[in-house]
Amino acid sequence: MAKRKTDVGTLYKGSPGQWSWIAHRITGVAIILFLFAHVVDTAVVGWGPTAYDRVVAVYHNWGVRLLELGLVAAVLYHAINGVKIMLFDFWPGTTRYMKQLSIGSTGLFLLAMVPITWIMGRDILNLSLGWNL
Amino acid sequence: MAVEAAERPPSTPSRGALGHRTGRVRPAGGLELWSWLFMRISGVVLLFLAVGHVLIMHVFDGGVSRVNFGFVALRWQSPFWRTWDWALLVLALLHGINGLRVIVQDYVKWPSARFAVNMLFYVVGFSLFALGTVIVFTFDPRRWPGAS
Repeated sequence: MAKRKTDVGTLYKGSPGQWSWIAHRITGVAIILFLFAHVVDTAVVGWGPTAYDRVVAVYHNWGVRLLELGLVAAVLYHAINGVKIMLFDFWPGTTRYMKQLSIGSTGLFLLAMVPITWIMGRDILNLSLGWNL
Repeated sequence: MAVEAAERPPSTPSRGALGHRTGRVRPAGGLELWSWLFMRISGVVLLFLAVGHVLIMHVFDGGVSRVNFGFVALRWQSPFWRTWDWALLVLALLHGINGLRVIVQDYVKWPSARFAVNMLFYVVGFSLFALGTVIVFTFDPRRWPGAS
């Protein structure tokens, strides 16, 4: 078989799953690193209202809200792509439809992100620009 | 721990029915097979626990802007949410740290460095598990009367 262009140029040899594979890693690492911080900030609730409300105030900053939107996207992507991986692992026949399933799962993720971006983005705009959406 | 330093093929994506790569190769057996299986089983549970948590706490109904001490105090009156949050804590830590271990096996080749990096994650993970568990089960808002 002739070498496709994608066989040589990219790090993971250009198979259909390579981008979702790397995205799964990146989102996974991002989520666990956030979780490390998140367990600590939630644990502060055990030190009473003054301490906890001061810590949680960080999440009310619009820049952090932007990161929070990224976190929600990461969790959602990792979850949907994880289902796709399990489909391939436990029902190998489904790899026949790998391309369609990849497009479908990415589409589902993007579709879900539309209302979520609107809901969270509204808050971000209200906080950063003083709008009242 | 010594078992872990043993080489396994790096987790290059496996090949499906038509030779396409999918996820990590299913390990032949032993601890790695259990770890592989655990990732998938915990993944299914986290699909509900983590996605549900994120939607409830960060997206719907005002998201994180409504979260403060009073909110947590009210929420944790219910054993259901305490159990949910604790299960999420445990499964997310195990799933995440096992994921880090798999990634470390791909990128950290020198055995002592690999051991050190993994140990660091295990210690952090266990400490957070202990901290989170103590807080989830001992939190009592009555210690701060009038706060919520």
